[in-house]
Amino acid sequence: MIRYIRRAAALCLILLVALLVNAARVMVLEAESLDDNPANRRIAIDRYAKPRGEIVVDGKPVTGSRDSGQQLRWERTYRQGPLYAPVTGYASQTYGTTLVEHAEDDVLAGTDPMLAPLPLWNDLTRGRQPGGDVVTTIRASMQEAAFRGLDGKRGAVVAIEPSSGRILALVSSPSYDPGVLSGTGQEVKDAWRRLNASPNQPMLNRALRQTYPPGSTFKIVTAAAALDAGAVRDVEEPTDTPDPYVLPGTRQVLPNEARGCGGASLAAAIQWSCNTVMAALGVKVGLTGMVDAAERFGFNDTRLRVPSWVAKSNFDRRMSPDQLALSSIGQFDTTATPLQMAMVAAAVANNGEIAHPYLVDRTTTSGGTTVDRTGRRSYRQAMNPATAMQLQRLMVRAVEEGTGTNAAIPGAQVGGKTGTAQHGFGNTGTPYAWFIAWAQADDAAQPAVAVAVVVEDAEASRTDISGGGSAAPIARAVMEEALRLEAEARG
Amino acid sequence: MTAPRRPDAPPPGIRVPKRRGVELSLLIGAVLISVLGYAEVGLARSGAVPPDAARYGAGLGGLALVAHLAVRFRAPYADPLLLPIAVLLNGLGLVLIYRLDLETPKDQAAATQLVWSTLGVALFIVVVLLLRDHRALQGYAYVSVAAALGLMILPIFFPAVNGAKIWIRIGGLSFQPGEFAKILLAVFFAAYLAANRNALAYTGRRIWKFQFPTGRVLGPIVAIWLLSVGVLVLERDLGTSLLFFGLFVIMLYVATGRTGWIAVGLVLASAGAFLVGSLEPHVHSRVQDWLDPFASIRAGEGPGQLAQSLFAFAAGGMLGTGLGLGHSVLIGFATKSDFILATAGEELGLVGLTALFLLYALLVARGYRAGLSLRDPFGRLLAIGLASIVALQVFVIAGGVMGLIPLTGMAMPFLAQGGSSVVTNWVIVALLIRVSDSARAPQPDGADTGELAKVGGTR
Repeated sequence: MIRYIRRAAALCLILLVALLVNAARVMVLEAESLDDNPANRRIAIDRYAKPRGEIVVDGKPVTGSRDSGQQLRWERTYRQGPLYAPVTGYASQTYGTTLVEHAEDDVLAGTDPMLAPLPLWNDLTRGRQPGGDVVTTIRASMQEAAFRGLDGKRGAVVAIEPSSGRILALVSSPSYDPGVLSGTGQEVKDAWRRLNASPNQPMLNRALRQTYPPGSTFKIVTAAAALDAGAVRDVEEPTDTPDPYVLPGTRQVLPNEARGCGGASLAAAIQWSCNTVMAALGVKVGLTGMVDAAERFGFNDTRLRVPSWVAKSNFDRRMSPDQLALSSIGQFDTTATPLQMAMVAAAVANNGEIAHPYLVDRTTTSGGTTVDRTGRRSYRQAMNPATAMQLQRLMVRAVEEGTGTNAAIPGAQVGGKTGTAQHGFGNTGTPYAWFIAWAQADDAAQPAVAVAVVVEDAEASRTDISGGGSAAPIARAVMEEALRLEAEARG
Repeated sequence: MTAPRRPDAPPPGIRVPKRRGVELSLLIGAVLISVLGYAEVGLARSGAVPPDAARYGAGLGGLALVAHLAVRFRAPYADPLLLPIAVLLNGLGLVLIYRLDLETPKDQAAATQLVWSTLGVALFIVVVLLLRDHRALQGYAYVSVAAALGLMILPIFFPAVNGAKIWIRIGGLSFQPGEFAKILLAVFFAAYLAANRNALAYTGRRIWKFQFPTGRVLGPIVAIWLLSVGVLVLERDLGTSLLFFGLFVIMLYVATGRTGWIAVGLVLASAGAFLVGSLEPHVHSRVQDWLDPFASIRAGEGPGQLAQSLFAFAAGGMLGTGLGLGHSVLIGFATKSDFILATAGEELGLVGLTALFLLYALLVARGYRAGLSLRDPFGRLLAIGLASIVALQVFVIAGGVMGLIPLTGMAMPFLAQGGSSVVTNWVIVALLIRVSDSARAPQPDGADTGELAKVGGTR
């Protein structure tokens, strides 16, 4: 009997070993795949168990957290939701994150290993740090000026510091309060449905993710291509472009909105926004030259991150000459985001070089220690410095005595270019009013700001090429604010 | 803590150590660990030790002390590990249930569990005081089997709870009679097999390699076993059915030493399992769930219970999240009872879970040890039976919630919420105390019967 008892005991031992081995399998070997299973709520619960870090503008947080007492406990709040929504995006228990909330989620949620006091600290303690903060490059007063200027009209404003690439203002209008998407439950779902169903598309970030035909503002790119390619030697020399201009290989006639464009020089064409001259120049530069030039400015770049992704601005790589002519004046398939057109203005202001645009200056731990800093990076050399100098003069002239007089600022040099982009079949839609510009205080060494404004529902007649009517005053307000801030900084 | 090797029959004049002091210090340790866990839950959840931590300690300590005194006076030679392990497991169970109560404010279970635990300790004391010699139980073999069957048939007349008809409700109290039937069956098997083991082993005819006993001897036992299993299938309580089956096979093997029994048992088990699995949708779904715990997730229905349980264990990892900091409440239904181990796994980690398993293993091992040193076959079989009940229960439920075997509802001894289970397990420990006392007590000369037990070595 003793022997049998021992064998029965051995059986119990086998059962114990089986349990222990199985426990090790579940809890150690397969733990990672079980932890990462999308049906496992623990990741979400842990994620919202602590307040999220803040997004900071001008030293003040524009976000907050509220304790909901629910399973996904801490919900995101926004102090000036609609104003900063195009920057922050939303952080929702139900719908995830977008924009900076998404791009810097690791820091904000506290999972970034860089936040830990020691390497591998989080792995050891199985804990997570309190969420870190994200300091943006946005200047509150400029953001407000842009937001006020758009005044609820559909449109967008982007302002960049040309020398550094810092994005100083990023506004999309009409906007929404991202706070209504925080949390779970029916209210959040209703808000989501309402926002998505709204014909004004308040959740669309028009500054980064909507592309528009750039219209005449694209003539700056064409001019740069022509000067760089040597298609124009002297900007004041009259060209031989007839008015109206017949598109090559067709019978289609391209008219001008402005007068006196027949045989006008490049300078006059920029000043008065002559379609004929610029279309002919585009054809003269040729497809390859135009595509290269446009891509040096950032067109066709699908990988631009600021750190949120930016929609691709398009310039077709395969076109017939007549299509190229239209593309060269910002029509046909040419489209651009407001950010892209701000980069065009910044390229002119910064002597041809584009600094990589960015929104996040640095990330810090909750205690304020810097974790990561975004340095200045060069994006591309869009044109020769000499070309940029010439274009600066031409743009200044357009503001001083051309289509862009609405953007003039006393005590500063302002260069600008208007644009009106027709859209819709047979140009039946209301035209988009564009204005891109840069400004440099008379006593400053370099331009303080480059800005692009687009207003979708401009109350302008379709023939009014100004763009200067509705978009230029907004650009001026933003630039004035930038110059004021710069003057303050200089003392 | 192993007792020194002692000769089977101590020479007169040498005192056999009683080890009651060891038991007392271990009990203090067990109570302290439980109170520490209780305080830890409070600290993790609200940053303060719960105000009634001292009261909890005093209550558990009081229970332990009273039980200890009963053992000291009535079973002085009992194994000193049994009672501390039971107290520690019960104390940790209370902590875990209290911790889960924090997540379910509408459903408080810890207080009730404490009442049941008190009742369990009271019964423990009653058994230790009144049952002076385990051999007295031998005479009650047929009484206990009748009682066991009665208890098991009873719930059929009551409504099912969660698909299993294992409850009887009288007023506000609900009780699982099947829990207590385990002990009664073990007593019956032990008594019957002790009386008939030679007949079972050495009579009958050989078929091929196997020796089959005569139907006259085998009949009653198989009938009773079939009856009990049948009742369980009707009540859909597969865990207990599996337990009875395992218990039956182990005890039969220990009594007769016929490996044929194990083979027959396995064949019967597979056949029964296959039959029940294909006929009974309730069981069939459990098997499906075991084969693929994540099927419901892929079907878009969210994780099932087993998947949630596995998530909880995985979240524990090596060291656990810490008491009070896990999310095992996500398992939802039966978190405090069948799935209590998932909370232990998530919050104490693989390390804590291993410690728990080893406590159970120690309990089983001490039961086996007592069985080895006893001299009467009935006592031996009873000790083995009781220890095997604990071992099988732990294996069936722990294996079930961790995806090792299909999940069958069963309570983790001492740990899980469930009054009947706690009371039953306290009675099991009381009987083990009793048999271990007579196993270790100095024997009067010439009282040896049959084989001598060799104690020592590792098991």
